[in-house]
Amino acid sequence: MIHIDWILLIAGGWLLLATASLLVLRATRIVARWIFPAGAALGLGLLVVALDAAFSPAEVAELVIGLPGLPMHLRVDALGAYFLVVIGVGVCGTSLFSAGYFRTEEGTAPGLLSFEYHVFLAAMTLVVLADDAYTFMVMWETMAVSSYLLVTANHRLASVRSAGYLYLLIAHIGAIALLMCFGILQDNTGDYRFSNLRSLRLDPAWSSVAFGLAVFGFGAKAGLVPLHVWLPEAHPAAPSPVSALMSAVMLKTAIYGLLRVCLDILQGGPWWWGMVLLALGLASALLGVVFSTVQTEMKRLLAYSSIENIGLIVTGIGLALTFHAYGMTALAALALSAALVHVLAHTFYKSLLFLGTGAVLHATGERNLGKLGGLIRSMPWVAWLVLAGALAGAGLPPFVGFISEWLLLQSFLLTTILPNSFLNMLIPLVAAAVALVVALAGYAMVKFFGVIFLGQPREDKLLQAHDAGAWERLGLLWFAGGVLVLGLMPTLLIELVDPVTRRLVGAGLAPAVHANGWLLLAPSGLERASYGPVAFLCGVGAATLLGVFIARGFFHGTLRRAAAWACGMAPLPVREQARLQDSAEGFGQPIRQIFETFFHVSRELPAPSDARPRYRVLIEDRIWLSAYLPIARAVDATARLVGRLQQGRISIYLLYSFLTLLVMLLLVRA
Amino acid sequence: MTLSGAVAQLLEIALALAGAPLLLGWVDQCRARLQNRSAPPLVQPYRVLRKLFHKESVVADSASPLFRIAPYAKFGCMTLACAIIPTVSTDLPLATAADAIALVGLFALARTFLALAAMDVGTAFGGMGARRDMLIGFLAEPALLMTLFCVSLITHSTSLANMVETMNRRPFGLEPSLAFAGIAFTIVSLAENTRIPVDNPATHLELTMIHEALVLEYSGRHLAMLEWAAALKLFAYSCIGLALFFPWGIAEIDSPLAMITALPVLVFKLAIGGVSLALIETISAKMRIFRVPEFLATAFLLAVIGLLVHQLLGA
Amino acid sequence: MRALLEQSINLYAAILLIVSFAMISQRRILSLVHLYTAQGVTLVLATLTVAGLTHQPDLYVSAALTAVLKVIVIPLGLHRIIDRMNVRWDVEPLLNIPMTMLVGIVLVVFAFNLAMPISQLSASIARATLGIALACVLLSFMMMIVRAKAIPQVIGFLAMENGLFFAATAATNGMPMIVELGIALDVLVGVLILSVFMFQIREQFDSLDIRHLEQLRDDGKDPL
Repeated sequence: MIHIDWILLIAGGWLLLATASLLVLRATRIVARWIFPAGAALGLGLLVVALDAAFSPAEVAELVIGLPGLPMHLRVDALGAYFLVVIGVGVCGTSLFSAGYFRTEEGTAPGLLSFEYHVFLAAMTLVVLADDAYTFMVMWETMAVSSYLLVTANHRLASVRSAGYLYLLIAHIGAIALLMCFGILQDNTGDYRFSNLRSLRLDPAWSSVAFGLAVFGFGAKAGLVPLHVWLPEAHPAAPSPVSALMSAVMLKTAIYGLLRVCLDILQGGPWWWGMVLLALGLASALLGVVFSTVQTEMKRLLAYSSIENIGLIVTGIGLALTFHAYGMTALAALALSAALVHVLAHTFYKSLLFLGTGAVLHATGERNLGKLGGLIRSMPWVAWLVLAGALAGAGLPPFVGFISEWLLLQSFLLTTILPNSFLNMLIPLVAAAVALVVALAGYAMVKFFGVIFLGQPREDKLLQAHDAGAWERLGLLWFAGGVLVLGLMPTLLIELVDPVTRRLVGAGLAPAVHANGWLLLAPSGLERASYGPVAFLCGVGAATLLGVFIARGFFHGTLRRAAAWACGMAPLPVREQARLQDSAEGFGQPIRQIFETFFHVSRELPAPSDARPRYRVLIEDRIWLSAYLPIARAVDATARLVGRLQQGRISIYLLYSFLTLLVMLLLVRA
Repeated sequence: MTLSGAVAQLLEIALALAGAPLLLGWVDQCRARLQNRSAPPLVQPYRVLRKLFHKESVVADSASPLFRIAPYAKFGCMTLACAIIPTVSTDLPLATAADAIALVGLFALARTFLALAAMDVGTAFGGMGARRDMLIGFLAEPALLMTLFCVSLITHSTSLANMVETMNRRPFGLEPSLAFAGIAFTIVSLAENTRIPVDNPATHLELTMIHEALVLEYSGRHLAMLEWAAALKLFAYSCIGLALFFPWGIAEIDSPLAMITALPVLVFKLAIGGVSLALIETISAKMRIFRVPEFLATAFLLAVIGLLVHQLLGA
Repeated sequence: MRALLEQSINLYAAILLIVSFAMISQRRILSLVHLYTAQGVTLVLATLTVAGLTHQPDLYVSAALTAVLKVIVIPLGLHRIIDRMNVRWDVEPLLNIPMTMLVGIVLVVFAFNLAMPISQLSASIARATLGIALACVLLSFMMMIVRAKAIPQVIGFLAMENGLFFAATAATNGMPMIVELGIALDVLVGVLILSVFMFQIREQFDSLDIRHLEQLRDDGKDPL
């Protein structure tokens, strides 16, 4: 019983910190120097405990809090422990960063912000621990409400308020779907404990309905198309550490929920479940990545990139479900491992990228890509650490982002023959789409890093940008270190994921991986495929040094600095020259042209007779315009219709009651 | 790691480093002869490299350390790529470190570094070159991956050494999926090595440059490193094509002495490859930059059709 | 040797598919005619191979007929029409080329899937290529739909017939000679009528853009 006790202690510690920060509402120094680092330490503790719990048998606990007769059932098993690792990783680094970040008020008192933050952390932990539907939903709601409050921290801006409202709306629509799903799952027995739900055998039609509701509900929280519209609004509106937590950790709780319901409680289903997830995941991945390449605001770019990564994770889960339906457990384990490794990898590099944008925002006050540039000179720490995150986000070896891509592509390749020939033909297409998504993600990351940190500063005030403080550097280092070290040790990740896949699909990759030592990753045997990141890095490093040796050893090494080439024209003032470089729109223009059908582009072109010519391009989401706005209008119209009942005269309201009474009497008589 | 393996590995690396500019010179010579011009000597690229190494390197004021690291990083990536591709032998110890997917990732890493370095200086050409190069890359990379997958589906492996050995041992047969993959691979190599019809490596007009715009700011030893890396990339792509589609003659893991015959066979195959490359370059005209995505999309879709045809006819 | 010949049928099928895709992505009308000729040559080679392997003499006659008609007569006719009408380039098709190719891939998957159970029933050597033949037919049909000028539509029609011919060879070792002759005559007459039609369009609208045909709508509007 020790692991679950420790975890509950840590969650309780966060709640304690939350209450403590209520007492020091305005004291920024105490909040920043003491409370957040304490939260980070608790996060580190959670990481350690969860790592140990991942390899231990499952434990249960019961807390007699809440309504009488309805205690909270809690359980930590392999799946839960893995996602607790994810939470611990994200919290530790982000809290360290926040210790240095929340130095000035952001529209909310720092103590209040810290309260909401730590309640959010405790709620997420308890969501993963929950073992009955009641606890799950209560904690899910707490998570949603606290994150809403965090998103609207800067509530004085109208755009922030509307973004928060949209987020809360979609979160609640998803929650309703989840409630209905759990209602179906308990099959009229009245016992909502997961252990009971697992043992029930539902009618196939009802289990498919439950599956659909679960996909809808968890998809709304995870940001699957078409329920993704809140992500690009909420992430830029929130303070950067909150965006990092939401993107890196909260979206993963939705993935946890999906895995828990589909593979653990329902124990897989017919093959078309996997296809539904595959289709939704691919659509999200493609839409997310294409939109992220054309964004002009740095946090929106990262938000769309999160949609893309969630899409890739769900694609992996869909593949695993399909293989599981056909009884191909080894392949299912491969696909599921790919998805789970991507969950952890994404936590590391997306947190790094979001926290980097936070540092940039603090230093320059700008979030628009068109007003940044050249920050590698004034903010070297942030720039070089964010470079590691961007390279990992592009899926490049030997960083951690490449491992999940490698595993996913392996699972496509080693598909022998599925009994369904149609599915057989779809697999190469899905592999092609995944390859395309990864290549485009590289494009987006180059745009992100290049426009913000490289080149010349596009505004004068960027020259006064200051580098990140000590706490912020610590947080960034935590994630950058993970990106590099875990990238070099893929076998560690496979071993961590093995108990989870064993639990969910009945097979694991660890034995095959063990057989080849810790330097090489060869899940299906050495002759089939192998990847050794340490040797890879050493190879590239050695060859680079060879190049340096040849260049400097045999020849001289003189270097001269001069102005950059400007076509031979007279040198322009630096600000003018900075305007010559690519803007963010310019860098994304080729993608916009190729994928024009995905976007809704509205252009404002200058006319020759304009006194002040203006060029404006607005890129909007088609789904928002063609699905959400009409639904909103329909709801509005219906509400107006119903509103006609409210006439404002007392006699009419008395008439309503009277008519209802008459109808009731008639019915009772009949 | 056996002795023969280590010898094979070092031989391959040395061959690539020494022989890549020679391949470039041969292609230039063939092209000149086909265009009825007098041809430059075969060793001209070596002279260019030597000249560049002797020159002073001029770096822009606004360049960061990334700018100076990028040429060496690209050189390092290309050298590793040449080391893992089986050119004369499949007995390569380093080949277990990176399979076909990691090879594509290696090329992507080199391309990313160069694009970032181009954006570093902050001129118009750097950004434009970076954008165009990433545009070509984002379509060429999945096409290359799908082409390698075509062969992987047939050989049930993504390890390059294994793929080449399996292709070598199979009885001679006409595989349509390989035909599709071959055409797609040719298109991708033309795009990635900045050859006509995608890009003119000898252009000096900034608006028509793709690769040249990326290296516009480089000079001296940095430019020499980049030129050498470009030659290595062409060598690597040619060797991938030869190893996958014409694997005869490559020494296998248990016959190290076959390396002695493998070398002349490789030279012969590369010579023919160079002539065909020069022929393609002479016959085609450079296409507009807006047509290049369509061209590469064709390659991508051809590779995907190759996969589908394999499923239909072979599975 | 026999195995090699059997594999070459697969190769011819693959070449047909490549040519069909190439036709979709071409803009120059002259290249379309050359690709059509290439299709004809491939068909002749495939028919000869099947004839040699199955020892059916009427397939030799069929191959000769195809060679005369589809490699010589029809391409010559098309060249003359192109010269007379002086068309070189096609305008932007109704769907841009990358989208067309994506739809093409979907059609290929559809055709492959459709053909799998049918090809198991066939007794021909070339039965595995039925899916490819069906895909060629669908791709040519799509080409007819998305093109904006008349001549590529005609070539699409002819390519569709090529696909059907290959499908017959694949599924049933060639069609009965009378059906063969009938189809050949139909195609010839069809091309003649279409060329007369094209001249009329040219006379009326001074352009071969089929979108002008919409003006012939009978809704009481004054013609331009």
